[in-house]
This record gives sequence, C-alpha cells and structure tokens, in this order.
Amino acid sequence: MDLNEYLGLFLDESIEHLQAINSSLLIFEQRLDDEAVIDQIFRSAHTLKGMSGTMGYDAIADLTHEMESALDLVRSKTQPATPELIDVLFVAAEQLETMVEDISQGGTGKLDVTTTVIRLKQFIDPDTESGKDTVKAAGTVMMNFECDVYSESVVRQSMASGYQAYVITVELSADVILKAARVYMVFDRLQNLGDVILSNPTSDELEQEQFETRFDVLFVTMKTAEDIQQEIKAVSEVAQVLIQPFEVSVEPAAAATLLEPVEETPAVNTSIETSTETQTPIAAKTIRVNLERIDRLMNLFEEFIIDRGRLERIAAEVGSSDLTETVERIKRGTNELQSLVLTLRMMPIEQVFNRFPRMVRSVSKDVGKNIKLHITGAETELDRTVIDEIGDPLVHLIRNAVDHGIESKADRISAGKPVEGNLSLRAYHSGNRVFIEIEDDGAGINQERVTKIALEKGLLTEEEATLLTPEEAAMLLFAPGFSTAETVTDLSGRGVGLDVVKSKIESLGGEVFVETKRGEGTIFRISLPLTLSIISAMLVKLDQETYAIPLTAIIETTSLKQDVILQAHREKVFDFRGQLVPLISLNQVYGLPHVEADAYSVVVVRSGEKLAGLMVSELIGQQEIVMKPLGSYLEGIRAISGATILGDGQVALIIDSNALLRK
Amino acid sequence: MEQKWVVFQLEENAYGIDVQSVRSIERVIPITRIPNAASYVKGVINLRGVVTPVIDLRTRLGFEAIEETEETRIIIATLEHGDAGFIVDCANEVVEAADVRIEPLTDQKQDEMTYLTAIAKGEDQLFSLLEPNRLFEEIIHA
Repeated sequence: MDLNEYLGLFLDESIEHLQAINSSLLIFEQRLDDEAVIDQIFRSAHTLKGMSGTMGYDAIADLTHEMESALDLVRSKTQPATPELIDVLFVAAEQLETMVEDISQGGTGKLDVTTTVIRLKQFIDPDTESGKDTVKAAGTVMMNFECDVYSESVVRQSMASGYQAYVITVELSADVILKAARVYMVFDRLQNLGDVILSNPTSDELEQEQFETRFDVLFVTMKTAEDIQQEIKAVSEVAQVLIQPFEVSVEPAAAATLLEPVEETPAVNTSIETSTETQTPIAAKTIRVNLERIDRLMNLFEEFIIDRGRLERIAAEVGSSDLTETVERIKRGTNELQSLVLTLRMMPIEQVFNRFPRMVRSVSKDVGKNIKLHITGAETELDRTVIDEIGDPLVHLIRNAVDHGIESKADRISAGKPVEGNLSLRAYHSGNRVFIEIEDDGAGINQERVTKIALEKGLLTEEEATLLTPEEAAMLLFAPGFSTAETVTDLSGRGVGLDVVKSKIESLGGEVFVETKRGEGTIFRISLPLTLSIISAMLVKLDQETYAIPLTAIIETTSLKQDVILQAHREKVFDFRGQLVPLISLNQVYGLPHVEADAYSVVVVRSGEKLAGLMVSELIGQQEIVMKPLGSYLEGIRAISGATILGDGQVALIIDSNALLRK
Repeated sequence: MEQKWVVFQLEENAYGIDVQSVRSIERVIPITRIPNAASYVKGVINLRGVVTPVIDLRTRLGFEAIEETEETRIIIATLEHGDAGFIVDCANEVVEAADVRIEPLTDQKQDEMTYLTAIAKGEDQLFSLLEPNRLFEEIIHA
C-alpha cells in the first residue's frame, strides 16, 4: 500500500479532528461533566490514534492512546476530570498539532511526548478498577441486551416464523492476537447458520478491536444451541461460548414497547432522537475533492470560455439569428457556471479561526493576562489557497495583540478598565474583498515611542518624523527591523517582525491597515482578495509580446516625452509629483531590444514605499485575468510571477513589479 | 506490460522515449517566450488551459536550431515536476520492445550524456533511449 496516497487525506482529517479536540476542550474546561464533549474528544483522539498508527506516526499514536485511556476513565465515571487533566490535554493537543504540522511540511512527525504521556499516565490510576468495570459491564449487558424497536420487531417476526433467538456471548482467549480476524470468523460462521441481528459492542467497534475479549451477539437461527456452540468453538483463540435463549417479552426494555404496540410511531421517534443525541452532529453534507481536480475543472472551463469567445465572433460574422440566440444562451449559462466553479475553491475561514481560542487562552495564561476572545464571521468564505496561507500572519497579529496590545492586569486597573481584556476577531465580505480584523481594547499604539524607536533605528529622519500622521506612525510597526517590545518575550519578539506579516499578506494580494486610539485599543485590518486566481490587470505590449501588470501594483499610467527623462547616476529617472522616480526599461529586463522613441508609455508602480516607472511599448487596456502558475520547471524566473491565458488562447506572462523594485 | 517507445527524429538521429511518460503529441502551437531562461527553453504553451513549458530539443542536445516545418511536433511528457514539452523534427512511430535489442551505452557516453540510458537496435533501425526527466533538469539559468 502506498501510504503517500493517503497522506493528504490523513492530514486533512487529522486537522479536522484536532480542531474538534480544541473546541471541545474549551467547552470541557467550562463544563467538566459534559459527557457529549468528553465523548467528542475521546472519539477524535481514537480516530487520530487509528489513522496515525496505520500511517506509522508512532508518537501521535502513543499520545492519543494515553489521551484516550485517560478520557475513558472520565467517560466511564471512574474518575472525575481535574483541571490538571485539562491542562495536560491542552498540551497534548498542541503537541499533536505540532507533529501534524511537521508531517505536512514533509517531516517525520516525531516529537518527544514522554512528559505528556507520563502526566497522562499519572492521571490514569494504575490499579485494576477499569478492568473490573468492563467485566461488570459485560455481565450486565448480557442480561439485558439493549435492543432497539427495529431489531426487536425483526426478532419477533423471525420467532413467529419458527426461528430461535439466542444471545451468544463469545469470550476470546486472553492472549488473542488477531482479535478483529477472530471476530470476523465468528461472524462469518454465524452468517452461515442464521442472521446476526445485533452485537455488543457494535460491529464497527468490533472491527476496530474496541473491546476486551468478550462480545455478545443477538442471533436468530433454525439451528440448535449445540450446533452454534460447536461451530464457533472451532474458531481458534475462542475460549468460551455461552448461548442463552433470548426472549423478547421477558426483556424489560422490550416489554415496554410490547405493551404499547399502538404507540409504535412515538417509540420510533424517541429512538431516532436518542441516536441523534449520541452522534456528533456532522457538518453539512460534503465530499472531499482533490484540489487538483478542481483546478483541472477550472482550466478546462477557461478553455471553454475562450472557445465561447470565438463562437461569439463567428456568430456575429454569420449573422444568423438562431445562432446568435444560441450563443447568447451559452453565454448566460457559462457565466453562471463560472461563478459556481469559482466558489468550489472557497472554504469558510472557520478552519483558521478555530485554533485561536486555545492559543489566546494559553498565551494569555503565559503572560498573566485575562483575555476574552470574541469571534465573528467564522463562516466567511475565502479561497482555499488564502486559507492555507493566512494562518501564520494571523497567529502573529493575535499574539502581538495579547502580548503588546492588551495591558497587564495592573495597568488596566489603574487605567480604570475592567481586568479582563477583550480581543475580537472578525471576518466579513465587502465588495470583492474579504476583511479580517483583529481588535483589542488595550492601550493603543504609543506614537511617540514608535517614532522614537524608528528614529533610533534610522528608519526615518527627524524631519519626516514630525510630519507623520498617527496612521503612518502606526504603520512603522510593519517596517523591516522594527520591534517595540521592551523586554523580548518568547511570544512576539522572536526576531520575526511584523514586516514579515505585511509581506506575507501582500504576497496574497492583500493589504494591512492599523487604526489605533490611545487608551482605547487598536484594530489591525487585513483586506484580502476573494480569490487569488482572478485579478485585475493592465495588459501591455513590449515589442510584439503581451504582458500583464497586476492593477494592485499600479498607481497610474502616463506618457513621458523624451525631454522629461533625466539621467541620474547612469539611471533614467523622471519627476513624478515632485519625486524623482527611477524609470525601468521592461524591454531590457525581459531581454528585448530597447527602441528609442520620442515618447514612452509608462506604468507607474509601487512596492511598499518604492515607486518606479515601467516603460512599455503600448498600453492595451485593463482586463480581468486568471492567474496560473508557470509550473515547477520555470519557478524563479526573474520578475515573472505567473502567466495567464488571453482571449485568443495565447499565454501572457504576469510581471512581478515587487521583484522589479527590489534591488 | 511490454515496453514501448515513441520514436522521433532530430536531423538523421532517432531517439525513443517511453510511451508511458508521453502524454500527447501536439502540432506546433503559438509559444510564449520566457525571458531570462536557459537558451533551450522555447517558452510556454497553453495546453488545454494549463501553462506548460516547452524546450527546443535540438538546442538542448546541441544540434543547430531550425525553423519549424509541417512535420515539427511537440511531445508532451509527464515528468517528475509536472508536464513539459519538447520540440522534435518529427515523431514517426511507436516501437515495441520485441522488435529491438537493448544495448548499454559506453561508459564514457553515459557520463557525458546523463539523459541517454541505452541504445535500441532493430533490424533496420537504431535509436537512443532518452530519460526525459534529465532533459529538464536545471532549466533555469542560475
């Protein structure tokens, strides 16, 4: 079996289960006796254990195994949950996340989890309590086999047509190795003799070996008890088989329904209710589709759009009203299809937001603050690629808010604020952009201090400093090499500044803004494109070649006469609104001959604070384009960020103006 | 399954590439030049919506570049890092393993040209076996 094939699936599912564990842990902490939540964590841990075991990630399997054992004690009410247990579980969840993250980065997923395992083991009382418990449970189960209305009616009908119903208790030998296989063999033999109605544990649990050595089966057959006994005993590693007749009317649970046969409908209803209660509500009906397939769908669809364009032209030439009408219909249909195809890549940002409650909890605990996190708009949808990339910048900003934004308890009290700080995480759509806001009710950004540090680090001159607006001062936080933390904590001041956050967001086609009020708090606002794949661009010609420049980088387009182009230190510059801006010959950058002319079309672009004029042969116009990667073989071509397919089916390259301005 | 090769021509020389790694054979379609790439990188094409790199196999293997003709083909191969195409003079046939004898290269040749793996000899034909992945290594100027 090629496990690589399953790796993607494993990662996706692990992340889902980790999220489930995280959110459940937070509820668990509030409500120590909430069985549904304990069950949820237990199940997720169990699934993780199974998957990681199969994939050979032993550390994850070990850790989840201990989590499961500990939770089982709580679940069976053998031991009450303690705050200590919750803490260990939080640590364990974090370690699991680290390991899964490592695997997704191509690592081995190995991490030293010994301490956590020991802490969990300390919780699990090593005496035989749990063992006794299972035996007792098995005993009681055998006496009153839990039987739902449906199975019971099957049993009754079978008995009416001459079948015998038995409860068969099979005990496997204590040193059984192939539990699931033995269960399978027992069931296989039973199927030949009659029908298995129910089993305890359920067949799924049996398959996954979630039982000690003993299981019960409710069975209907024409055979005698001796025949069954003989048949099952023949299976190896079966220690004991106990067969008792099952009588519907004697069963107390069954009696109730028998006595009131008229009210069968409500009875069915209750059983449905309970079953939905015990099952975790599984989210909306979804199927998992490989991203590659969706990309292929999009590619083919775009081809189709190009052909549609051709068809439109032909129809216009031919001038047949039937053809024109049909093409018009195709156009409407494809427009709708296009928006649908684009939404396929969209996912709720919940996936990213989910990990923050726990993070805020642990970070605020570490820095000794009391912080409440409010999340809104978790259902806001974003392109999958953005979802994958936006996590880290958000982590950074949130840690920053917890660490630097919100004041210490003492400071809050002396400022007359409630001790508990508030951190809000919001996501919402506006136009064709998505906004994410991180707002704290902390002290706000200290403009004087920020300016002073920027001056010390030589990020700006005295003169510039006096002209700064509060917003500009706040944006200094994002300047490379800036860190305001007076004491470097291990949280935010890890050498990675907010400038990394900014460049990451910009690489996603986004922007970041700061709004701050002294004493009242700070808002970091991130604006992101709805989808990465479609951008507005200016198409330009260099000689005969067509290129696209993303509109987000463009300030304006202009025409420059030869005589306004100045020469400064072997560089061409021009005066742009009182500022000398370098002029870049794209022909030269992209290996085309430079053509002297009286005037040049120039596209003025911006990257951060830097401006430049890009000389082009011709401006074609603005257009929505679909960004496509150049593929691994051409990755790293200088100043080209990708490609797009034009209306005529030809490929045009996309100019990376950020790279052009970076020297 | 029996091995088969797509056999194609560069000048008078015949080469074979494993049929398994050939995705399709295309007539020449417009190619967009990629600036600042290796000299043998011809550019990218729109292959059914996927931007696919294409190299000029003549330049890559040290032959003289020529203008394309009616016969010119782009062989699209599925490689380690995605699909990529290479331009050949013409692609004529598929040869089955039963019709040829495989002979190893001389050591010297093997060292010099890592993209060659062996020589296939048939009754009236002879072609060199190419490992397409090697052709696309270090495609970009460092």
